[in-house]
Amino acid sequence: MLGQMCKKAFGRALWVYHANAGACNGCDIEVINVLTPYYDAERFGIRLVGSPRHADALLVSGPVTRQVAPALQRLLDALPRPRLVFAIGSCATGGGCWFDSYAVLGGADKVLPVDFYIPGCPPRPEAILYGVAFALGLVPKQVAAEHFSQEDIEQLAAGKPMTREVRT
Amino acid sequence: MFMAKLREAVICFKAGRVTLPYPAAPHDPEPGFRGKITIDPDLCFGCGGCANVCPAGVIFLHDAEQHARILELHWSRCTYCGRCAEVCPEDAIALTQMFETATDRAEDMVISLKVFMGPCQRCGRCFLPPTVLDQMDVAGFHEAGGGRP
Ligand code: SF4
Ligand code: SF4
Ligand code: SF4
Repeated sequence: MLGQMCKKAFGRALWVYHANAGACNGCDIEVINVLTPYYDAERFGIRLVGSPRHADALLVSGPVTRQVAPALQRLLDALPRPRLVFAIGSCATGGGCWFDSYAVLGGADKVLPVDFYIPGCPPRPEAILYGVAFALGLVPKQVAAEHFSQEDIEQLAAGKPMTREVRT
Repeated sequence: MFMAKLREAVICFKAGRVTLPYPAAPHDPEPGFRGKITIDPDLCFGCGGCANVCPAGVIFLHDAEQHARILELHWSRCTYCGRCAEVCPEDAIALTQMFETATDRAEDMVISLKVFMGPCQRCGRCFLPPTVLDQMDVAGFHEAGGGRP
């Protein structure tokens, strides 16, 4: 439902506002990179705007430091609905190396309702474009939770191929 | 002034089209690119070396039962440093070339692996028996796997 609504509302033009919530600047450089003619995000109607009141989407990078959290909250309140929140980079998706530090809250989803996660440290410009294209419904999702278990006796008896090298 | 603009236009036209057709056409990373981590369930023997060196604390290890150890990789915060792949003695954990990992659910960024271990008769610590046949003799292997009573 939300996806369809977003497609309809944002399909032609997605204006973004970029917020740095304690990022090391790696992700910010990649976001700017996406807007250069080489990657040309304006093909999809993506434009960087200077005020959150003009934006449809918020790009957050950084692990959300304690100091910036209230400002980020106010920033989100200034964004008109319907709105999208993208967490860009490992810091924003999960806290990065600082996930358990006292000075950070550990990820954008601790403060904001994040709609799309784009992991990477920093994510390649292609990865950011992919995330935005995924949000617009142009490309399919490629990741899912993976749960493995080593083969138990029944699977071994059923002849599950062994790929483990036997060492003596 | 006008000539300068004209020259600029000529330079721009000479450059041709520079924009990548990216989402429409693939653009693979250079070799050596470090993308999403994977773990090979057949190779890992649960030593925990990767968890020890990971700077982002991606890898959690806990002994679920006496004979099973569970590895959880919360790779949403992975920094793609490659330390885990460097220290893994069995090359079980590796960094792939995959970068198209955008998702709309935080739960998608988790990998878990259950490793069956045999406890040492003396110290009670877990180890993995050296061969497949030895593994079948370990009581815990059956119990944990739910195979034989
Ligand atoms: S994800 Fe990596 S590149 Fe991006 S802000 Fe965090 S540390 Fe910097
Ligand atoms: S690549 Fe680095 S951050 Fe990612 S799981 Fe391996 S050691 Fe941890
Ligand atoms: S992935 Fe490698 S280093 Fe990590 S627990 Fe398994 S064998 Fe040990």
